[in-house]
Amino acid sequence: MSVSVLDPSVAAPADNAILRRRRRELLLGALLLVPLGALPFLVSDVYTQNLIITTVLFAGLSQAWNILGGYCGQISLGHALYMGIGAYVSTMLFTRAGVPPTVGMFAAAAVAGAVALLVGWPCFRLSGHYYAIATVVVGEIGYLLFLNWEWVGAASGIYIPLGADSVVNLQFRTSKLPFHFVVLAFAAVAWVAAWLIEGSRWGFAWRAVRDDVTAARSLAVRVFPSKMAAAAISGGLTGMGGAIYAQYVGYIDPDSVLAGHWSILIALPAVLGGVGTLWGPLLGAAVLIPVSELTRSYLGGSGQGVDLMIYGGLIVVVALARPAGLVSLFGVKGGA
Amino acid sequence: MSWDLLAQSLVSGLLMGLIYALVAAGLSLIFGLMDVVNFAHGEMMMLAMYAAVLIFGTLGLDPLLQLPLVCAGMFALGWGVYRGVIARALGVRFNRGMVQIFATFGLAIFIRGAAQFAFGGDFRSVSGTVLSGKTVSFLGVFVPLPQLAASIVCLLAFAGLLLVGRTEFGRALEATREDRDAVALIGIDRDRIFAMGWGLGAATVGVAGVMLISFYYVSPNVGANFALIAYVTVALGGFGSILGALVAGVVIGEVEALTAFVLEPSLKQIGMFAVYLAVLMIRPRGLFGRL
Amino acid sequence: MQLRSVTKTFGGVAANVDISFDVMQGEILGLIGPNGAGKTSLFNSISGEVSPDKGTIHLEGQQINGTGPLACARAGVARTFQVVRSFDSMTVLENVMVGAFSRTARPREAMRAAQDVLAFAGLDARADAPAHQLTPPEKRRLEIARALATQPRVLLLDEMLTGLTPTEAAGGVALIRAVRDKGITVVMVEHVMEVLLPLVDRAVVLNLGRVLMQGTPAEVVRNPDVIRAYLGDKYAA
Repeated sequence: MSVSVLDPSVAAPADNAILRRRRRELLLGALLLVPLGALPFLVSDVYTQNLIITTVLFAGLSQAWNILGGYCGQISLGHALYMGIGAYVSTMLFTRAGVPPTVGMFAAAAVAGAVALLVGWPCFRLSGHYYAIATVVVGEIGYLLFLNWEWVGAASGIYIPLGADSVVNLQFRTSKLPFHFVVLAFAAVAWVAAWLIEGSRWGFAWRAVRDDVTAARSLAVRVFPSKMAAAAISGGLTGMGGAIYAQYVGYIDPDSVLAGHWSILIALPAVLGGVGTLWGPLLGAAVLIPVSELTRSYLGGSGQGVDLMIYGGLIVVVALARPAGLVSLFGVKGGA
Repeated sequence: MSWDLLAQSLVSGLLMGLIYALVAAGLSLIFGLMDVVNFAHGEMMMLAMYAAVLIFGTLGLDPLLQLPLVCAGMFALGWGVYRGVIARALGVRFNRGMVQIFATFGLAIFIRGAAQFAFGGDFRSVSGTVLSGKTVSFLGVFVPLPQLAASIVCLLAFAGLLLVGRTEFGRALEATREDRDAVALIGIDRDRIFAMGWGLGAATVGVAGVMLISFYYVSPNVGANFALIAYVTVALGGFGSILGALVAGVVIGEVEALTAFVLEPSLKQIGMFAVYLAVLMIRPRGLFGRL
Repeated sequence: MQLRSVTKTFGGVAANVDISFDVMQGEILGLIGPNGAGKTSLFNSISGEVSPDKGTIHLEGQQINGTGPLACARAGVARTFQVVRSFDSMTVLENVMVGAFSRTARPREAMRAAQDVLAFAGLDARADAPAHQLTPPEKRRLEIARALATQPRVLLLDEMLTGLTPTEAAGGVALIRAVRDKGITVVMVEHVMEVLLPLVDRAVVLNLGRVLMQGTPAEVVRNPDVIRAYLGDKYAA
């Protein structure tokens, strides 16, 4: 072949559909930031502000999940573990050691990412359903452990004492507005990570293995190291989101960050919107979070269960009618 | 160490384990047949439990006597779920694995909401049946009759499943499981077999639910608890293996009881999870798994 | 590449028995024989898909038998498959990039390398087309291009020229010659004698799992054992 990969003067690739699409995606992503950034200034009631913040946060969390579950194809149904670990690490550092959450969230990401590696290493040899159930079990173990761990408050959880408004400490009492930009930044980081991975050697490797594993192997495609990397990035980002969530809510306990239904809430937007796509988690979150919040507020308060019926029904309908996710309505093809 | 208490733990672990085994058997059956994990399995059991409570409340029928009735109803439910939801999910060309997971998952949430809507969130159980409150003493161990009856029924149900395996239907099930693409060539209607498989799986978990109600509370969330244990049991025993479900169920039941005994009750699930993970590391397909 | 006493049995059927021959660097070697002679299973042993029960395979001094497809690919063995295995969810360029990524981790380099390979294989006009939309001859070129992107030392072609029109076959032959001119050794399994024999430098004939003979195309064609093995073939005199 005429190209030597060690030659620093290798010419840039000629323009093609892939490069064009990548540029478009980046452009669209950047453009989206404008209305999203402006949105909080247009709404004034706290309820809607909260809804938007939650939606954007979960869009980011789901995008983080998407890296492992969608692109890499390992369906993790226990991702709340990383969210919880992130939340606890950041909160413990803040309440016990005075480390501001702006720093603590990176520690949270590191610990969560490390745990993800630990979990992934033995679990990646399990196939499909076995893997999914193993992740649920690991998540449950995490929940039970924290529930019985006195040092982190066990079932009582940890209250984050509310100090003065501070950017460094991520505490804003007077207005929720700054949180909006924090979660937006988080979601943007997760999105960029997904964008980078999609076009990287790993992204190609995962898609090749999914299409035809024999052919992939004949082309020297190795997946295990990339799976570990995906787990670490996905877990780490989820942990960071958990840290942000903790600061936003001001109180954490096992039920609020580690329980099983958070795992579903993290994974579902990506599935609904379209796994393995850049926009799927965003679209899915934009639909799912408001629907679940609204049905719970208007219908769920009295414990009637109608909110769950709508929620569950929606999941079934979308799963059956649009298996490629909601993005398929816009002609985007999926990954998994 | 109190040997009496230990023995008591082991026995109740065994009894509970048999119930776990039966719940898992239905799940394993469905999976072995068509590669679908029914994430609504726990909720279906919950429905059976509510049905049992209602029938007892209105007709005064003892759970043991209700079995044929509820089983028939559950069979119909399983059949209906297959035709209405699963058949469509199987026909999907894209993302099939994930569609199955989330279609049944959504169904689970839907059923949970429906139960909450219809029955409210409080806990109910059945009391005042023929057996409730009575215990039998065996070698110093107190065995409550409802639990004992439940275990016996579960064992009988397993025997029943084995018998079904020997009928023509059972052979058709086996054939479909072996090679689901080829069975059409020998005149087996695959769709019908799948529907009946679902019916059977649902009826199986219905048996477990009906027997459970005489000593366990039902609430809209009970399905989730049992479901997780069921998945662990199935994965431990190996997807697709009924025998594996039986063995794994007993193992899980005993591990749960022992963990509660040795550590403390609130951590009892950690023991079974740890065992499950340990086994999977050595045998990724479960104890008897073949798929 | 040297094969020595390669033997492989599948469930009682001896697919390859005591196969030994050398492949010279830079040559085009034909691997021929009637159906069931064990050609594809020999390929599978060389490319690492299966592990020979007995015998060794060395490539440039390095032992590659039994190391698995990944190690063999990294050692420089590339192959095509009898039934084309394209990555249908990707475009032509992306397919080749998967191969290119085996030599570089950087997407831009892989893309450039893939584009160069596509130009070499004559597929650059179809770079952005979805792989599943290609015509059968184009798909075969894609298979070759993808394999070439891994910068192999040896390229194993499994019935690349079967079922092509004369024009398509001529194009395929030209491509294979160009591959050899780049310094890559080619081993081809083929049924279509009229196309194969003018193309190869030497040929190894397999029959019933064993090596029947090896030699130049002229020698092979005249060999009575070979003719007998192909009884019914139009070359039977």
